[in-house]
Amino acid sequence: MVPDAAAADEEKCLADGMGRLQHNAFYMHRALDSNNLKDALRYAGQMLSELRTSSLSPHKYYELYMRAFDELRKVEMFFVEETRRGSYSVTDLYELVQHAANILPRLYLLCTVGSVYIKSKEAPTKDVLKDLVEMCRGIQHPVRGLFLRSYLSQISRDKLPDIGSEFEGGANTDNDAIEFVLQNFTEMNKLWVRMQYQGPTGEKAKRGKERSELRDLVGKNLHVLSQLEGVDLDMYKETVLPRILEQVVNCKDELAQHYLMDCIIQVFPDEYHLQTLETLLSAFPQLQPTVDIKMVLSLLMDRLSNYAVSSTEVLPEFLQAEAFAKLNSAVGEVIEAQVDMPISGVITLYVSLLTFTLRIHPDRLDYTDQILGACVQRLSGKTKLEDSKATKQIIALLSAPLEKYKDISTALNLPNYPRVMDHLDNATNKVMSAIIIQNIMKNNTCISTADKVDTLFELIKGLVKETDEAQDDELDEEDFKEEQNSVARLIHMLRTDDAEEMFKIICTVRKHILLGGPKRLAFTVPPLVFSALKLLRHLRNQDGDVNGQEVSVTQKKIFQLLHQTIEALSSVPSPELALRLYLQCAEAANDCGLEPVSYEFLTQAFILYEEEMADSKVQVTAIHLIIGTLQRMNVFGIENRDTLTHKATGYSAKLLKKPDQCRAVYACSHLFWVNEQDGVKDGERVLLCLKRALRIANAAQQMNATRGSSGHVTLFIEMLNKYLYFLEKGNPQITSSAIHDLIDHIRTEIQSDNTTSDPSDNAFFSSTMRYIEFHKQKGGSISESYEQIKV
Amino acid sequence: MVLVLAIGDLHIPHRAPDLPAKFKSMLVPGKIQHILCTGNLCIKEVHDYLKSLSPDLHITRGEYDEDVRYPENKTLMIGQFKLGLCHGHQIVPWGDLDSLAMLQRQLDVDILVTGHTHQFKAYKHEGGVVINPGSATGAYSSITYDVNPSFVLMDIDGLRVVVYVYELIDGEVKVDKIDFKKTATTQSAH
Repeated sequence: MVPDAAAADEEKCLADGMGRLQHNAFYMHRALDSNNLKDALRYAGQMLSELRTSSLSPHKYYELYMRAFDELRKVEMFFVEETRRGSYSVTDLYELVQHAANILPRLYLLCTVGSVYIKSKEAPTKDVLKDLVEMCRGIQHPVRGLFLRSYLSQISRDKLPDIGSEFEGGANTDNDAIEFVLQNFTEMNKLWVRMQYQGPTGEKAKRGKERSELRDLVGKNLHVLSQLEGVDLDMYKETVLPRILEQVVNCKDELAQHYLMDCIIQVFPDEYHLQTLETLLSAFPQLQPTVDIKMVLSLLMDRLSNYAVSSTEVLPEFLQAEAFAKLNSAVGEVIEAQVDMPISGVITLYVSLLTFTLRIHPDRLDYTDQILGACVQRLSGKTKLEDSKATKQIIALLSAPLEKYKDISTALNLPNYPRVMDHLDNATNKVMSAIIIQNIMKNNTCISTADKVDTLFELIKGLVKETDEAQDDELDEEDFKEEQNSVARLIHMLRTDDAEEMFKIICTVRKHILLGGPKRLAFTVPPLVFSALKLLRHLRNQDGDVNGQEVSVTQKKIFQLLHQTIEALSSVPSPELALRLYLQCAEAANDCGLEPVSYEFLTQAFILYEEEMADSKVQVTAIHLIIGTLQRMNVFGIENRDTLTHKATGYSAKLLKKPDQCRAVYACSHLFWVNEQDGVKDGERVLLCLKRALRIANAAQQMNATRGSSGHVTLFIEMLNKYLYFLEKGNPQITSSAIHDLIDHIRTEIQSDNTTSDPSDNAFFSSTMRYIEFHKQKGGSISESYEQIKV
Repeated sequence: MVLVLAIGDLHIPHRAPDLPAKFKSMLVPGKIQHILCTGNLCIKEVHDYLKSLSPDLHITRGEYDEDVRYPENKTLMIGQFKLGLCHGHQIVPWGDLDSLAMLQRQLDVDILVTGHTHQFKAYKHEGGVVINPGSATGAYSSITYDVNPSFVLMDIDGLRVVVYVYELIDGEVKVDKIDFKKTATTQSAH
């Protein structure tokens, strides 16, 4: 309840003060209107006496002050009028106002008259200002003194004897304005610091807050300095900065030092900072140990970084000023000095330094590496980082070179880059790995040597390696898939045209992905397999004759690798995927002319089919893939071919559903007829298959008859189409009477009462008949075969 | 003018990391009314991407697709044309036009869109047109060597369809076009 009561008290106090102030102001104006200067001054004095109060917080005092300020403007206008009219001279006024009873009102009035005095130019500006700034020493109370000096600063602002201003004095007056402002600043800072020691020690926090509210009053002076024409680089270097820094260091106050250093950096041009870097940086170690130097230093580096990119002409200045060296050692010193700085603070500093370095010296990879090395040093000896602020900063640290260099190889070449990553915990590593992969994908970078691939996979091990940590289970399934798919995409970026090197890359990738455990293999194995298949093709495109031996040896090595890699999928387990990949390899081996290798892969595919595929839908797709693959292969001798086709046909006939059986078996008919020049064209075996399929279709018909359904009709139409196909291809075993019988059979079934006809069957049949008709009419050799079909 | 995109066999991320940048910049949402995708995307991200191009997305199942619920084949009407969609690994011999023609007769469609071989084809036979948009990413294929990334855009206008094929050859997008007209007599009376 006490604070509230105090606040209410304060409100009342302010209200009362305002009331009295206005009361006196009213009478003051009345006196001014009737030209009664004496009375006016008396009321003015009374009015200004309200500012003598000690019972207001700075925040409330400010309100009172502003009111008084407004009133004094009117007083000033009156003075200007009167002096112009000649009723009083300025010097007279200057005398008169000093009769005010109390010092504070006296000084406010004096400053007001001073303003008029300066404008009249009856005395050198510098003299008037010197007089005023000295006299203000009379007020040593911090709050009152600050506001008084602030008033002085405000009214003198537009009247400073700056170079080129109307108030400039004669020769050798460059420093006058600067001197004045510096002196006012120094005194104000002293008052401001003194506020810290007022009042009971228990209220330290409250005082800190109150001081913060007033800090801009002090900082304003620096702002004024920055605006002076007379403050050029040399003046700043020789006079202004040293004087300001002297006050900053000597005041030994944490709040003031932090604020003022900040102020200096923000208020003065970056160009100046660059040229006074050493002086500025030398102040840092002299500051109080509790000042948050890293923030100030970071601010400085960030500003300089931005300055660097503002124009290209600026960059040489940085080199000339040896900015990097100075900042680098400053950072080191600060970290040494502040032993309690949390690791996140240390990293933040290095992030700022790195950003700076990347902008100014993008080609100096050694600087970047140096900074990373310094971080490694600071991180070593600590356990894996878990502080989220620190990890965020580390991610920023590691991302900056990626963004700048764009080509990840540059970052991979920095010896310290992986060392920093080693200190990340698993979760952060994953985040960073994702950023790395994104960078590679976005910039379309190819990583073209096995060594770089190795380094890269070491970096991203959070994504690639299986860990024992329970974290793996916590991860959302969608997120995990996305993660692994990004690794899969990455694998395609790891390539080179040099076949030998490419093989090494593939081996390296394989080495790493095999550490991924069953959950990851299904994602990472396929892209690796296809990379290897592409390499095989590349090898075949090369001039095989020259190093035919070598090529063959490498091919066999690659197939071996493929075999072992796909085998790893059994741990997932992922038989469907493995089957597909085995079939791909079989075809590739076929293209290389390696019969035993191809046979082996097909065997593996068949084994998976036999042992691992129980679902009928899965079986249907799988058998068609096997048939499709086998149909295209020409590397097999008669025995092997017979074994494989026998197997395929056998499995086709053993599928669960009759329609599936029929379709698979007639697909097998193509195994015995290849449309190429040297392709097998075994008309008899084709017919055997077709007849077998037809028998199955008939069986299907029997089964459907009991249910009254017509699913088999489409099978017969398909069979018809197949017969026509082989007729066209010139299979002598296909007779027109067989086709004729089929057509009749279909017609009967469609028109039969037992079954409900399916319109799509009708359409299929019609279009098939149209097809026959078309070929009859077309003429040519095929037409002859069609001739004989009675429709 | 109805624009239909025929695209497929992207094989992301098994055989390719992404669509070619030049294709991506051409495929802008809101311009295409229908998408017919032959399959083998293979992951959900690709599905979502295609969905963002046009809300009317039709996909048939390729043998490597992550989502096994896509149908084996699909038919739909667009304007005066009946279109059929099937990945093609189910039709042996793979890529054999006569066998594909059988499927076309079976589905009773004017235009059959099919894939699997990764080779662009636009083939007219007495029963209609067979279109293979190839592989949009130029993915490895055991059937076709030297695959160039390609896709097809069909402009269906009344009884006429103009087939634009976009192929990425040596880094440049080349466009070719083929005209097909549907004669009223090929349509059987329903």
